[in-house]
Amino acid sequence: MPLARLIPCLDVAHGRVVKGVNFVGLRDVGDPVELAKFYSDGGADELVFLDITATPEESATMTTVVADVADVLEIPFTVGGGVRCVEDAIRIIESGADRVSLNSAALADPRLISAIARRYGSQAVVVAIDAGDGVVHTHGGRVVTTTQTIPWAVEAAARGAGEILLTSISHDGRREGFDLELTAAVRDAVSVPVIASGGAGSAAHVADALRITDAALIASIVHENPAGLPGLRREIQDLGIQLRPIRELI
Amino acid sequence: MSDVVVVDYGAGNTRSVRAALAHLGATSVVSCDPAVIAVGDLVILPGVGSARSAMDHLDSTGAAQALRDRFETGAPILGICLGMQLALGHSDEDGGVHGIGLLSGSVHLMTEGRVPRLGWATVEPWGDAFYFAHSYAANCPDGVATSEGVTVAVERGAFFGVQFHPEKSGTAGLAFLERCLSPV
Repeated sequence: MPLARLIPCLDVAHGRVVKGVNFVGLRDVGDPVELAKFYSDGGADELVFLDITATPEESATMTTVVADVADVLEIPFTVGGGVRCVEDAIRIIESGADRVSLNSAALADPRLISAIARRYGSQAVVVAIDAGDGVVHTHGGRVVTTTQTIPWAVEAAARGAGEILLTSISHDGRREGFDLELTAAVRDAVSVPVIASGGAGSAAHVADALRITDAALIASIVHENPAGLPGLRREIQDLGIQLRPIRELI
Repeated sequence: MSDVVVVDYGAGNTRSVRAALAHLGATSVVSCDPAVIAVGDLVILPGVGSARSAMDHLDSTGAAQALRDRFETGAPILGICLGMQLALGHSDEDGGVHGIGLLSGSVHLMTEGRVPRLGWATVEPWGDAFYFAHSYAANCPDGVATSEGVTVAVERGAFFGVQFHPEKSGTAGLAFLERCLSPV
């Protein structure tokens, strides 16, 4: 199994990074390119960009962000939000993203997963699942569906999703640790990698998640102090989780 | 510094490879023109798309034959991920695809661990960790490096192929690409 991955998630609106980032040490507080580079230098294994506006009018703006990020970043990154059709995925991947993340659109038409996977391979398709009380939520958690979480994860993987990004609605934003039970249940149900998301408040929380799954998404814990990422990595490693060795940090 | 040719097989994303080359001060062109492939100082076969559509594109444009001819002259070619896999004789992907055939060997769906195999893993005997994103793996007599039991680098004559993405592997990846550029 490859090394555990630590993945900062950046919310982007109108081409700018938003929400809860404490930007000490950065010249331009909302520039996705500068923050991406900063996290990459600090030891992020991958990045996720989530277009939280995701209106059709905004797609050109996001495409520019993706291209600008691809030109400076030498680690992989995923783009989610606003991927509604194969053409959206093509636009994003051909601008330099490694993978697209599908959420509501995949649930509305699961064939979208296989269409993108056929073109670029399943490693290019992440299906994001926002889960709560055993069912899938969409539209940022505002819509509660009747689709059961575990069967949906299994179907998404069978249709070609190369990874499941699993967010626990009940744990997200509380900073009391990941939903380990849910994460383990999804991990056991699928054979693709699973990224745990929602609830990271400390290095110990992240380490707990990485003991049972492949990767952890982090947001506020790192946005509050972007310069603290190398320290967070060291703490996680001190808890017995092997992360990739970073030459420039040694 | 001299020109690097990044082979275009119609799947789109050559941007990251070109950005990494630019970071190292190398200029690059994207092309599937046999005449351009013949004269480039280094030709890179990148890792994008699916095996069948890539091979169809390489065959129909004459790029596959241009790569074979180039290989015979001893001019360097670097294959990345799918680009390495396509250099072998056969891939099981997409129901079975004939490769360019610069090296003997074949490509199989991985069955151990989580597939796709995603993330950073140490490459032996080199010692550095590189980024991987693949579901298929090479079985090749010309293997020169492994990662968790998987053949991840192959070398024969002027062809060097790697399963990982050096353009996505941070400083270790850039150092690798710099070594590939240095004989140019």
